[in-house]
Formats: sequence, structure tokens, C-alpha cells
Amino acid sequence: MSLLNYSLSLADSTLLLGQRNSEWCGHGPVLEQDIAITNISLDLIGQARNFYQYAAIIRNDGSTEDTLAYLRDAREFRNLLLVELPNGDWGSTILRQFFFSNYQHLLYTKLQQSNDEQLAAIAAKALKEVTYHLRWSSEWVIRLGDGTAESHRRMNDALQELWPYTGEMFIPVPFEKEIANKQTAPDPGSLKDAWMEKTAEIFHAATLDLPGNVFMHTGGKEGNHTEHIGFVLAEMQFLQRAYPGAEW
Amino acid sequence: MIYPVDISTQPVWTILSNIMDPEVPVLSILDLGIVRKVTVNDDDVEVVITPTYTGCPAMDMISASVRMELLAAGYKNVSVLQVLSPAWTTEWMSEQGKKKLKEYGIAPPNPLQQVCHHDLFMNDEAIQCPHCESWHTRLISEFGSTACKSLYQCKDCQEPFDYFKCH
Repeated sequence: MSLLNYSLSLADSTLLLGQRNSEWCGHGPVLEQDIAITNISLDLIGQARNFYQYAAIIRNDGSTEDTLAYLRDAREFRNLLLVELPNGDWGSTILRQFFFSNYQHLLYTKLQQSNDEQLAAIAAKALKEVTYHLRWSSEWVIRLGDGTAESHRRMNDALQELWPYTGEMFIPVPFEKEIANKQTAPDPGSLKDAWMEKTAEIFHAATLDLPGNVFMHTGGKEGNHTEHIGFVLAEMQFLQRAYPGAEW
Repeated sequence: MIYPVDISTQPVWTILSNIMDPEVPVLSILDLGIVRKVTVNDDDVEVVITPTYTGCPAMDMISASVRMELLAAGYKNVSVLQVLSPAWTTEWMSEQGKKKLKEYGIAPPNPLQQVCHHDLFMNDEAIQCPHCESWHTRLISEFGSTACKSLYQCKDCQEPFDYFKCH
């Protein structure tokens, strides 16, 4: 059960961030970056497909990657709250991508060593892509943080908004503790120091200050979400809800 | 020492060598290095393929093409299996494939070790322009028209071009 929940949790987080980033398609600030953020979407949705396919095999009840993505309701989604938040401006989208890529890079590096062959294979495959995402988003955080007064102000606003959602990545829920005890995945808490170190390094170059201790929102991994998830699911799931089983 | 060669798979490899990547239609799926294994048992064939990128939308189409071509060739039970491990790398692209890419106007991937680093704002080592062969080129964007390519421009002939990025 913990393996299923863990796979779904990774699937849901990557799917929702893929969906959020894809909202930029045709709206990016310049063509090349529009293409970049949608390429990242494609990678994330590809990772989600792998985790959903695996979850469907574990469930072994006729579920498919599509039913898991399109026919579960908000309370069943186990994604991080961070990825369901609206995009905000370009700076906010970039900062969230950096937070998430930084986390994914550390997670997948360890998950490659999982005693679960399929999780290890997905992680090893995806790590190569995440390396590009982390580099790209790091560069943009620096460019915008250390850019104009306007871009610096916007990055700071985004930081105040998003920071209280970063703690959830490192606070384990019961299924994460269980799976960590089986050596199948790292304990989320064990990623925190390296994540803070990388964030501090990039923020230093970006002339952004690390916020102090603030209250951290949690609940997403256990199905307790912000109001925003209903809206993003409504858009993402509409077609399969209105026309069940529709295919290309 | 003489090793046994499974000649029963040869006709299948020949068929596969004529199936092209839908997004880079000069490359066969063998040039790309994504076919990992072929097993033949009388009329039954199993082909194991691995995706280039996790989200590559061409994989489903490639699976379908492999199935159709092998069925058309008379094999009765054809299964196409997708595996993730070991993860695909541009090192598996054939030399012939790299040549074809260049002729098509896409810069082929450089050898792997020199490129995939984390240093920010650093460009990859020189990428050669596939049009005028100048090494005087610049990165425009690490993300290009498909997941596997980035966008470059030649500073000599001014032409923009795709680079099949190392992976």
C-alpha cells in the first residue's frame, strides 16, 4: 500500500506541475522560453505517465494511467501543495520550478538506488532530464533576482508567496516513512540540508534573501489541498469526465 | 572461439532498419539506438525498445509502426515492450546516424562526457554548424523543437540550426 501511495504521490506532483507549466504554452515571455517551459512540461508529464503506469500495475484492478490521472477527485490526489498553486507571473513560475527541480534532482539521485527496480529505473531515466530543468531554472532565478529593480521585486514577491509551501517536500507522511524504512525511497527529511544549501547558493547569486522560519503548509500528500486544485482538475479532467473513454 | 549467432532474428533487424523516427525522419530506430533486444520464436516476435526522453510523444507511434511492419511481414504474434533501464543515451546513436543527421541539417550529439555538467551560464563545448561547418556558433536555447534537441545559431553563416543534444 505504501508503494502504491508513494508512486501516486510522485505521479500526481509531476502531472500537476506539468499541467500548470503547460498553461504557458503560447503565452511565454519570448518564444524560446515558451518552448523551454513547455518542454519541461512534456518531461514532467512523461514522468507522471511512468509513475501512473506503475501504480496501475500495483493496483491490479483494471486501473490505467488514464483513469488514475483523469478520474480521481481532489481528495485522492497526493501531490505537493506547491505544484497546484496558480502560476502567477513568469518569475513565480520560474521560482517554483527551481524549488521543485532542486528537490527532484536530490530525490531521483537517491531513488536510483531504490531496492524497487521500477522506481529506480524511472528515477535514473528522469534524472537526466531534471538536470536540464535545474540548470535552466537556476539560471533564470539568478537572471531575474539580480536583474532590474522590477524583476527583483517580483522575485521577492514570489518568494514570500511560495516559500511557505516548500517545507512540505521534507516533512514525511506515514506512507513515506514506511517506504523509507523498507529502503525503497529516501526519507524526505534527509534531502532538506542539500536542498537548502543549493537554494542558498543560487539565492546568493540572485541577490535574494533566504526567508527565516515561517509556518509551512502541509496536507497535499494526504489529500488535503488548497482551493486551487479543484480548478486545475476541472480543466485537466473535463474531457474524460464529459466524454468518458474518449481517445485521440 | 566461435559464438553462435541467432540468424533467426536477422530478417526482423532488417525490417526494423527501415522504420524511421517520426520526428527525425532521416534516422531509423536502429540509428537512434532505441531497439534493445529482438527475440524470435517461429511466428512470434518480441521487440524491446527504450524511450529517448521520458515524455517523448513518438514512442507510441514507433511501437505501432514496429507492430504493423512485422505483422505485414507475416509474423503472427508481435509484442513491443517498452523498458526504461538502462536509460537511453546519445552514445547509442550509430555513426551512420550521426552522419545522416548532419546531412539533414541537424548537428549530431557530441560525445557524452564533455557536456552534461551543472555549471550555470556555461555553454556546451563547440557545436559545429551542420551547414557551413564553422565551429563559431552560439546556444540560443537549451530547449528546442523536440525534447531531444536544443537551438543554436551559426555566427558565420548566420543560420539557426538544431543540435541533437547529448543525453
